[in-house]
Amino acid sequence: MRLAWPPVLIFIVACALSGCRDGSNEATVVRFWAMGREGEVVRQLLVDFEHEHPDVRVEVQQLPWTAAHQKLLTAFAGGALPDIAQLGNTWLPEFVALRAVDRVEPSVVDVGDYFPGIWQTNVIDGAAYGVPWYVDTRLLFYRRDLLASAGYSAPPATWPEWIEMLDAIKRRGGTRHYGLLLPLNEYEPLLALALQQDESLLRDENGRGNFRSAGFRGALAFYREMFDRGLAPATSGNQVSNLWDEFARGYFSFYITGPWSIGEFKRRLPANLQPSWMTAPLPGPNGPGASIAGGSSLVVFQGSHHKKTAWQLVQYLSRSDVQIRFHALTGNLPPRRSAWRDELMSQDAYARAFRDQLERVKPTPQVPEWERVATEMQLVAEQMVEGGRMTIDQAAAEIDRRTDRILEKRRWLLARREQP
Amino acid sequence: MKLNWAAWAFITPALLVIAVFFLLPVLAGLALSFTDFDIYALADLRNLRFVGFANYIELVRTPLLWTALGNTLYFVGVGMPLSIAASLGAALLLSSRLARFKPFFRTALFAPVVTTLVAVAVIWRYLLHTRYGLLNYGLEELGFGPIDWLGDPRWAMPAIILFAVWKNFGYNMIIFLAGLQNIPEELYEAARIDGASSWQQFRHVTMPSLAPVILLVSVLTMAGYFQLFAEPYVMTQGGPQQSTVSVLYFMYEEGFKWWNLGFASAIAFILFLLMFTVTMMQLYVARHREAT
Repeated sequence: MRLAWPPVLIFIVACALSGCRDGSNEATVVRFWAMGREGEVVRQLLVDFEHEHPDVRVEVQQLPWTAAHQKLLTAFAGGALPDIAQLGNTWLPEFVALRAVDRVEPSVVDVGDYFPGIWQTNVIDGAAYGVPWYVDTRLLFYRRDLLASAGYSAPPATWPEWIEMLDAIKRRGGTRHYGLLLPLNEYEPLLALALQQDESLLRDENGRGNFRSAGFRGALAFYREMFDRGLAPATSGNQVSNLWDEFARGYFSFYITGPWSIGEFKRRLPANLQPSWMTAPLPGPNGPGASIAGGSSLVVFQGSHHKKTAWQLVQYLSRSDVQIRFHALTGNLPPRRSAWRDELMSQDAYARAFRDQLERVKPTPQVPEWERVATEMQLVAEQMVEGGRMTIDQAAAEIDRRTDRILEKRRWLLARREQP
Repeated sequence: MKLNWAAWAFITPALLVIAVFFLLPVLAGLALSFTDFDIYALADLRNLRFVGFANYIELVRTPLLWTALGNTLYFVGVGMPLSIAASLGAALLLSSRLARFKPFFRTALFAPVVTTLVAVAVIWRYLLHTRYGLLNYGLEELGFGPIDWLGDPRWAMPAIILFAVWKNFGYNMIIFLAGLQNIPEELYEAARIDGASSWQQFRHVTMPSLAPVILLVSVLTMAGYFQLFAEPYVMTQGGPQQSTVSVLYFMYEEGFKWWNLGFASAIAFILFLLMFTVTMMQLYVARHREAT
């Protein structure tokens, strides 16, 4: 008991100094959890909000991306969720299944102004649960100069064109050079190709895998062809020690990545190479193709005691002018068309391809298990490419088998719901 | 009888604490391992199913479990002897009468134990860096090619072992030092009079006297090393190609990344059984030695 006294004393003194009385100034405190870079800069945007609402104080807590998911789930289990949070939109189905997030009233934002694919990621069983904050999709970053010296003045729009260009680059470059970098430990490139197909990736009310469909097998065959023909090196991202160096050296000419890479490429590529790179929408099987609808949404949690204020904060952060400031601070792309109309946005040549691509983005299947399914898809695809013994059909069947096992519980729940 | 009652009264608080904070969670974990507790059950307990041994059966069929077990055994099998040898070596050097500045070296060698793992892991990442790392710099001076320590599946585990041994040997060193100080000087004197060389003194005086301490240290180290987690979590995140996924890391991913708490509990019990068996074996071997 000797030890306990000093902390108690410190606490009492601290209380006396800071005034921790109940309801000292009647301010509504809204707790807001944001991740990574967004969490760092969002405070700067909140100054104006607090100015507009003098009786509200927003408490921002920054979470690192790597720990955010489990922190949110643990907070749910412990009943310690904040009022409002940024949520990766692939996590949303999970939190809807937990009945942790509040529904979005139609009056909160102008739905028609949002890119439809992005808005769809927030709609589950017909109801919206989150408001897109910024978008993230994957498309082509490429070397204009290398493409030009291979005889092409414009980036590819279709798969056959793309293969043709990659072939030409490969022929000119020799064995140390490749057309495209497809890191085997990332599932996003294959997922983007798969989303370009008409068939959905899951079937039976998202209760089973649909990877044996003709569409997915087509995407997988295309993916594999890249490696079989030596157009892409069979390596994981970790083995490429410095991506920007290799891109500058011409080790690869195409790379599928997201909006954050614009800033990285601007910063890390040498100055003489700056005019030589560009972004382009993702080519599809026969014309401009779809890509992944990623990004983060703002959600208000069910347990919040300040829902009204929290939604006001969502409304404020969704305003076009605030979104443009947010873009200036982070480089994140806004999900509303009206924000893109702003001069600032339409001037950025690198962002233009994203503006184009955003009209053609598709959400991934909205089941809580999706991330596991995508991880298994990537592991099987990696085995297929590296091992070389698995055929396309075998790989597709294997992904289906693993997916069906992951979704077993979901099927049980669906079956139980149908029984009266 | 009265005396007995008083004794119970005295140990009741301790027993209560153990029951509430140890026994109960363990039993709850065991119960959990027979259910499919997952994200749906977290939402609504009616979504919880009792699945019997299905988690264990599924687990045995999961290739990653065997990979993780192999990685963990590799880590324990190489790391534990190395760690104990390093501790014993350091303790012997420190207790040598030739050593100077003993308090300084004792503190310096113990320092890694009290550092924060995450902070030193960051520094080790620099040391292990393929191109700028001190370790590869030294290797290159000796004429070896650079090693991609944390990026190459063959080298990631040795790098983790190196780091773990460095981080932990100081702790056992202190225990060994205490053990060495308890060996009566007369034994060495007698040995010297009999003409024993310093190796013979070590082999026939130091080692037998230290046997109980070595047993203690090996049980403690084994228990600690089987629970390999923080090192790969901070340094490699289980990669490259799952070569540093330990059993505990696997459990963590299943439990807190995918939230399959039922499945993760089953992994925990398999790890418990494994550690229990190995500890029993150690004790058996030690007792057997004593008997002979």
